Amino acid sequence: MLEFWTDYVWPVLVVLAQSVLLLVILLIAVAYIIYADRKIWAAVQLRRGPNVVGPWGLLQSFADLLKFVLKEPVIPSGANKGLFLLAPFVTCVLALAAWAVIPVNEGWVIANINVGILYIFAISSLGVYGIIMAGWASNSKYPFLAALRSAAQMVSYEVSIGFVIVTVLLCVGSLNLSEIVDAQDGKYGMFNWFWLPLLPMFVIFFVSALAETNRPPFDLVEAESELVAGFMVEYGSTPYMMLMLGEYVAIATMCALGTIMFLGGWLAPFPVAPFTWVPGVIWFTLKCLFMFFLFAMAKAIVPRYRYDQLMRLGWKVFLPISLAMVVIVAGVLQFTGLAPK
Amino acid sequence: MRGALHMIVYALFFYLFAGVCIASAIMVVASRNPVYSVLFLILAFVNASGLFMLMGAEFLAMILVVVYVGAVAVLFLFVVMMLDVDFAELRQGALQYLPIGTLVGIVLLAELLLVVGAWAIAPHVADVIAAPIPPFYSVSNTEALGQVLYTRYVYFFQVAGVILLVAMIGAIVLTLRHKPNIKRQDVSQQVARTKADAIEVVKVKSGQGLS
Repeated sequence: MLEFWTDYVWPVLVVLAQSVLLLVILLIAVAYIIYADRKIWAAVQLRRGPNVVGPWGLLQSFADLLKFVLKEPVIPSGANKGLFLLAPFVTCVLALAAWAVIPVNEGWVIANINVGILYIFAISSLGVYGIIMAGWASNSKYPFLAALRSAAQMVSYEVSIGFVIVTVLLCVGSLNLSEIVDAQDGKYGMFNWFWLPLLPMFVIFFVSALAETNRPPFDLVEAESELVAGFMVEYGSTPYMMLMLGEYVAIATMCALGTIMFLGGWLAPFPVAPFTWVPGVIWFTLKCLFMFFLFAMAKAIVPRYRYDQLMRLGWKVFLPISLAMVVIVAGVLQFTGLAPK
Repeated sequence: MRGALHMIVYALFFYLFAGVCIASAIMVVASRNPVYSVLFLILAFVNASGLFMLMGAEFLAMILVVVYVGAVAVLFLFVVMMLDVDFAELRQGALQYLPIGTLVGIVLLAELLLVVGAWAIAPHVADVIAAPIPPFYSVSNTEALGQVLYTRYVYFFQVAGVILLVAMIGAIVLTLRHKPNIKRQDVSQQVARTKADAIEVVKVKSGQGLS
């Protein structure tokens, strides 16, 4: 009986406690990146942004949470009720599940699995189901059009993200996320990170991540000017909040993935004294926030793409470039003897 | 004692994944709504990936999710939503095709039995087994697969790739239509435009206009 406790019950309890801690921190972080998103957007347009609830509007996201939860959920009579309610759960749970393998500091990870990056790739490719199911179950024109758009868009940009991941893996020689960060450790600090040697891939990853998370300028899934609000037209109150939450958590995941693959994860930018005193988790957070700042600026600055331009960019520009980069990087690694053992 | 407990937990998860997998596979065929069928197919894939995970084949588990759930099933769902097929109507005449279906099934089963019955062990298998196999936990699943796939089976791997390429080109050839009178955006042409050939500055005398 004691063995049952030490082998099965206790580890499960520990993982459960870690997961709850991670979820709480993640959800609070998401509340503030939504706030940051709105503030940055407002600042670019010379507006004030949210500034009423709490000092500088810091509690705006929590006020929104209360509003959504207390509203009455409305389910359209023509909708497929089961799928209509299942879709927000799928979006939200899948987005949160990706964080199980993300290392925020050396050894600070819930599941340090060997195929970590494949897991994230798989989970983020499932994110499209939430949108398709929401769009179809709403039984309405605009949501359905949005579902079709998202299916094509997310599958297209997964291809280039896949090739970006392959080039990083060629340089690391492992699918483990912690080992990807360790491979970027070196005496030149931030110049050892992969953003410099793999700069074209970093750019492709950033743009594909925007498309994969349906962020502007690729937010054709919820384009207000054409589709009202896309797949979310029929949603309100808590289900709507869960769709939004899933979307922002997916954005946070992409920021974390970019941080791990190209910005050295928890490593300090310069491997000398004052920088190495700062805990790794702080560096990780700062880098994620930097990535998110780029996401927010892209939203504020770039106009929306037309749908055929989006498809052209994915298939005719990113796919050939990233495929060529895989061959070039593999060749360079092979012939210069830099390839990891 | 510890081993026995491990087996119990293992078996518990095995029956969970296998049970849900079979149940959802049956629902794929049985459900009336084709969209539900595809969603149950996805559930079956995910549970099959869970079974791979139980066997320690983590790479296969993830690839199953990425390829089948993340890409193939999305296209299925896409098509099924667009087509609006009434499966209940299709199933009306199912009974009259039952004899042919059963015959095909029996032939397939017999062939499978023949193949399995005539199973022969490859002549070089002794060498493969005799080769120094790295300890189970020292080399990861992905590496082990890669070492075999790109050395011993490299030609099969290449042939599989060529077959897929041919299928892809075939699909493109079958569906490609060159319609005239369609306005297309040619980005290189747009970028190549200069101020000189795009704008003409004309001085117009008042009262005369352009002739």
